[in-house]
Amino acid sequence: MTPTRKRRLIAVGLVLLAVAAAATLTVFALGKYQTYLYSPSEVLAGKAPAGASFRLGGVVLEHSLQRAPDSLKVAFVVTDRFHELPVEYTGILPDLFREGQSIVATGRLDHGRFVAREVLAKHDETYMPKEVADAIAKAKAAQAHSAR
Amino acid sequence: MLPELGQFALVLALLLALVQCALPLYGAWRNDPALIAVARPAVAGQAVFVALAFGVLTYAFVSQDFSVAYVAQNSNRALPWYYRFSAVWGAHEGSLLLWILILNVWSVAVAAFSRRLPAVLMARVLGVLGIIAAGFLSFTLLTSNPFLRHLPALADGNDLNPILQDPGLILHPPMLYTGYVGFSVAFAFAIAALLGGAESGPDPRAADPAGTARDLANWVRWARPWTNVAWAFLTLGITLGSWWAYYTLGWGGWWFWDPVENASFMPWLIGTALIHSQAVTEKRGGFRAWTILLSIFAFSLSLLGTFLVRSGVLTSVHAFASDPKRGLFILAFLGGVVGGSLALYALRAPRVAGGKPFRLLSRETLLLINNLLFACAAATVLLGTLYPLIGEAIGAGRISVGPPYFGFLFTLLMLPVVVLLPFGPLFRWAAADARAALRVLRPVLLAAIGAAVLARIVAPALPLRGLVGVAASLWVGLGIALYALKRWREAPPGRRYTAEMLGMILAHFGVALFLAGVLITEATSVESDLRFAPDATHEVGGLDFRFRGVTRAEGPNYLADEGTIEVRDGERLIATLHPQKRQYVGGGQIQTKAAIAPGVLRDLYVALGEPLDEAKQGNGAWAVRVYVKPFVRWIWLGGLLMMCGGFIAAADRRFRALPEPAAAPAPAAPARPAEARA
Repeated sequence: MTPTRKRRLIAVGLVLLAVAAAATLTVFALGKYQTYLYSPSEVLAGKAPAGASFRLGGVVLEHSLQRAPDSLKVAFVVTDRFHELPVEYTGILPDLFREGQSIVATGRLDHGRFVAREVLAKHDETYMPKEVADAIAKAKAAQAHSAR
Repeated sequence: MLPELGQFALVLALLLALVQCALPLYGAWRNDPALIAVARPAVAGQAVFVALAFGVLTYAFVSQDFSVAYVAQNSNRALPWYYRFSAVWGAHEGSLLLWILILNVWSVAVAAFSRRLPAVLMARVLGVLGIIAAGFLSFTLLTSNPFLRHLPALADGNDLNPILQDPGLILHPPMLYTGYVGFSVAFAFAIAALLGGAESGPDPRAADPAGTARDLANWVRWARPWTNVAWAFLTLGITLGSWWAYYTLGWGGWWFWDPVENASFMPWLIGTALIHSQAVTEKRGGFRAWTILLSIFAFSLSLLGTFLVRSGVLTSVHAFASDPKRGLFILAFLGGVVGGSLALYALRAPRVAGGKPFRLLSRETLLLINNLLFACAAATVLLGTLYPLIGEAIGAGRISVGPPYFGFLFTLLMLPVVVLLPFGPLFRWAAADARAALRVLRPVLLAAIGAAVLARIVAPALPLRGLVGVAASLWVGLGIALYALKRWREAPPGRRYTAEMLGMILAHFGVALFLAGVLITEATSVESDLRFAPDATHEVGGLDFRFRGVTRAEGPNYLADEGTIEVRDGERLIATLHPQKRQYVGGGQIQTKAAIAPGVLRDLYVALGEPLDEAKQGNGAWAVRVYVKPFVRWIWLGGLLMMCGGFIAAADRRFRALPEPAAAPAPAAPARPAEARA
């Protein structure tokens, strides 16, 4: 093996090692930071993780919004039109947050209530996030199945 | 009548684009000067017709022709005149037309400024640009025609999406697109070089009178200024976008790792790797195949960006156009471009190997590490962005990764970049004296650590991230400054700094400012959402914010609740802020308009949330977002410096000089003394 070849082999080896390290870290980060989105029906069926953070998608139930008198705490109900889940949030809601509109909230379950730390509504009013629409469609399918 | 003319102009432009790709490419293959000569006139003709179409659409907006469906959807009578111009690219169809217009501007510029380059090479470059133009023109005509009529005409239009009604949004998309589309030039040069590599026989280094091997060696020098300019525009576009998001979205953040932000960031990361690897290829002849590959990837990611933004496959704050048919077309086009160019690469790349040897401790090695890290960063961003699609495809459910994923990996990958950056200019090509470089940098290291310790003493509350920010910023900034000083001392007057070197120094200073901005802002920002009763005062970040109530205000096309908030430092009034909550009359959308008191050292940021006492009609308590953000402007200042660096480097005289005569040994032309230095 010539010295040039040897050097090249070392270089290639180092590059491969670096790429392998990067890939390992990426897999680790994916596993650690990925979050799932569930509909209220799925949450009530016990599919959502109990202690961990996840995303909840659905429609804000009409006339369900309640504000605390002396803080920024709000409570509302998220529904997929089949099951409902109460949600608590402290902070300022997004501009497009409205009853009857779809949202995606990130947070965790606490004694049957979903405590959100982030609430997102989409910028286009006519637009329902695809994942929320899917969640509602899925809940609908499950409902039809159980009704049979 | 006019809109039909616009559409007709687009059809003619498409035909000319087909001519522009077919004839010159065939001519270059058969070495037919007549066909090769078609390239420039075809470029000019196509540009004229595209400009005509764009002008017609602009006129339809300015004259409020609501018989055009696209105009009716994206403007209305109350829209101020300046937003009628920017409304042209306010949605999918028009922004595609803008894309095509900018591609034509680039093509015309390349055709005009490259007259001294070999005609065969230029025929190939312009031919490849023609293929791209043809793809986008047919996409526009087949799936997204902006000139479709809506008859009978509507009395009034819908409205331009209110988040787009902002001065920042007049500039942001054209700048971003100029950057995106600019990578098509680097791509075209790379493909032209690959195509050209074939005709000189199996070994391009063999003597060939036509000079194709010389093209293969020199294409990088010719492509470099274009790539730098494109990268600078993309930097400006991303910086503007970040600044716009900061003050309009009302969240006070400067980067969200949103799919659409990522779509513009991936080409930037690969583009950054590309401008560094081009330097190696041009000056040392190394990394040839890699540079070509990066050129292909930078442009492919620009196409993917268009796909991600426009198809609506990913949920995003920007995804205002969703139509799967369009997505399918772009996906097919993307597949064709990426697949085709990678196939060509696989066939031809082995022939372009070469370059001078270098030792482990050398500038080449450092740039190789830079390239690996930036490519890895782009890959992790790509993976995270497409993760929801992947999850759905493999049936893993609706999964996604948020900002923590990107933040974690990106910080990790950029850490070595920051550590190694000051060594880059100090290391010589081929073999560097590491000890000499360390000698220069030792005081810098001591200063950086000293400053962090000092910051710790002065501001004991400063978290670790802030200390790291101070140290990292000084490490990069002082390191580059010492390099500049060293050049000043060692080089003779008049030859101290080439434009390229000056651009490099400025851009890296930009990195230092950016680091300080990001890390200090992230570490020390105070963000509170507060309930403000009328005349209530809250203390945030050591300042008193007093709420003076909300009044009604009226804009050209909106009504607003306008709050008044006085900020006091002790007794001294330092700012009076008027944040607004707007309701647009056209579509009734609500839009928060934050009020900001900007400063070099600190921004005060106030945004109205919602009225909390519905009964009092907005005169009661309000939810208000109050932020104090130190050093946040440094983030964009850093971006602007990087942009300046890109433009200045592109102006280097060496890039304009004629290539060496064909007699020079081609692939690894011995560097002239002027190039060997530094």
